[in-house]
Amino acid sequence: MNGAEIIVNTLIEQGVDCVFGYPGGYVIKIYDELYKASPKIKHYLSCHEQGATHAADGYARATGKTGVVIATSGPGATNLVTGIATAYLDSTPLVAITGNVAIPQIGRDSFQEVDIFGVTMPITKHNFLVKDISKLADTLRTAFQIANEGRPGPVLIDIPKDIQTMEYDFEEKAKYTTDRNTEVSDTAIANAAEIIKHAKKPFLYIGGGVVASDAGKEIMEFAEMIDAPIGSTMMGLTSVPNTLPHFLGMTGMHGRFAATKMMYAADVIVAIGVRFSDRATGNIEAYTRGRKIIHIDIDPAEVGKNIQAYASLIGDVKSVMKKLIAVTAKQSRPEWVKEVADIKASKHNNIKMSDARLNPQYIIEEVNRQVADDTLIVTDVGQHQMWASQYYNFSKPRTFLTSGGLGTMGFGMGASIGGCIGADRRRTVLFTGDGSFHMNFNEMATAVSNELPIIVVVFNNNVLGMVRQWQTLFYEKRYSNTTLNRKTNFVDLAKALGAEGFRANSCEEFKEVFEKALALSTPVIIDAAIYNDETVLPMIAPGGTVEDIIIRGED
Amino acid sequence: MNQDTFVISAIVSNEAGTLTRVSGLFSRRGFNISSLSVGETEDPHISRITLTSSGDANMREQIIKQLNKLHDVKVVELMDTSKTVLRELLLVKVQADAKRRSEIYEAASVFRAKVVDLSPSSLTIEITGESSKLDAFIEYIHPFGITELSRTGLTAMGRGDYILKNQTI
Repeated sequence: MNGAEIIVNTLIEQGVDCVFGYPGGYVIKIYDELYKASPKIKHYLSCHEQGATHAADGYARATGKTGVVIATSGPGATNLVTGIATAYLDSTPLVAITGNVAIPQIGRDSFQEVDIFGVTMPITKHNFLVKDISKLADTLRTAFQIANEGRPGPVLIDIPKDIQTMEYDFEEKAKYTTDRNTEVSDTAIANAAEIIKHAKKPFLYIGGGVVASDAGKEIMEFAEMIDAPIGSTMMGLTSVPNTLPHFLGMTGMHGRFAATKMMYAADVIVAIGVRFSDRATGNIEAYTRGRKIIHIDIDPAEVGKNIQAYASLIGDVKSVMKKLIAVTAKQSRPEWVKEVADIKASKHNNIKMSDARLNPQYIIEEVNRQVADDTLIVTDVGQHQMWASQYYNFSKPRTFLTSGGLGTMGFGMGASIGGCIGADRRRTVLFTGDGSFHMNFNEMATAVSNELPIIVVVFNNNVLGMVRQWQTLFYEKRYSNTTLNRKTNFVDLAKALGAEGFRANSCEEFKEVFEKALALSTPVIIDAAIYNDETVLPMIAPGGTVEDIIIRGED
Repeated sequence: MNQDTFVISAIVSNEAGTLTRVSGLFSRRGFNISSLSVGETEDPHISRITLTSSGDANMREQIIKQLNKLHDVKVVELMDTSKTVLRELLLVKVQADAKRRSEIYEAASVFRAKVVDLSPSSLTIEITGESSKLDAFIEYIHPFGITELSRTGLTAMGRGDYILKNQTI
């Protein structure tokens, strides 16, 4: 077998049935073998390699399986960088395969040569440059193993062109197995259970690790047992049904009022699968003062990285929670439950934007009302992303695809495509802004080619809203380069790309056009005109505390 | 050794890029490296790295944990320096005409250093020992005029049963 054939066969052996990518001079051989291997493995062609990595990432987020992306050397490879970094920050299992110039040409600044191995070292869990055909298959297998074991993440394999054409034996081996470290000690569990038992106001703070570990059920059970409210990071929002009475929503810079208030009121925070990002904690000193933090995570390096935990449990979240549940008896905290319920029902936690004009809250909630529970919700980055996180009630795990850690504008279109394909072409709604959408709307063409049921809702305020909001608050309204002044007609754009387009200027119009869009099974763009000074609130300024929370005045 | 300074030994796979990964991790996470020495072990697939760094207890813990996450790093140990042999090698070229040579020879002998090269105007001296001894020697030799100097960085090995074992290979 030649190298390219070995690559394709190893992918199939590792359970891959679909890949995203873009061909080029140094991967022609791989594409030739993909052609021959069809339909065992289906390749989705993007418009740009960045879109292909976001698609592979979205595929992985929606399914929990490994996303695979293929690109050629040089510019093809560098175009993957943002997508790989996005996957790295959000711990998504991704395998990126790049072609490169033949081994004798490496280091000579050959045509389309770039040291992608060096470039991606800091943004991958691990990466490889294959220089020996005898190690090709095992390197690919190891890549899948690394991408999935422990805390998942991206792995890149750079494969020179001559390796792709060399001949070597191929022997099929087993699919990778995931080692989800479950060796947490009984003493540590007992110790944590004891701390929780003595807590007056325990708070469960959950993150992406809960989704990765599929531990939503255990979280709900534990929260019930100990009468604790649940707050979530943006990455953890789909862990549990958001309509649970004691679920308070997102915490952090733009967290819900009740979630932030109760987190600061708590005396013990059980932090589960979170990494205490600066966006989630605000002022670290104030955050940790006077409360004990029990940190549960699969990655030991997360403990003590940003926050000094009072106690820690290292291991797979699901198995740790099971053990914790096993040693915990039902605890009753009526006063705490009442305090939580009161704040959840309080005026400040339930301020609504006025429906006199088309507003972000209405859009998100109306979509929520119209679509099925398992609909994939995808976002780009900015105000619309925060609104989606605040106002959408998620009910199923892995139905929210958003770039949390890296905050990648332009993520959404690719991620929608990958997510939709991974979820068997399930209904997908992308919330985006006119800023983010302009970054990578080229992939709308990919969605059209594949006839994917993706509705793109463009929050069109003609400004880069999130930066503008900061300029308003912190830069005395000097709106430097945030007024877009584009003349893009999104309805015409949709039609030009072969999709359907609608426009909405009021709540009634939005309701109506979204119904129409939902009746179609092909890509749609909805241009939703919103006010350019609509703000994301509550907000805690960087480094601030709950005392500094800015809430919306009543409209 | 300064109170904040610590020594880390690591057993790593002898692959292209391993050293970049280790040093890149330090720069990326804002850890500092005071010295780093690396070489192949008796097994050609395995290299051993000795690294000295400084920082508080939290940073020390983070460095160890982050190094442990690297796929190429098989074993990492924060060395207990009271149970460890620490050595560094220094080569220094000193300006020395015939008149001043005997003084330098005398110093070299006190420090148990060796003269390894001689020219009409200079001497090259080799000395091994703990870093503090090398520092003292450099301080003494400085007034003679140092033409060039090269240190290998610290290398370390636990005494007796204090062994770094590669469990995975």
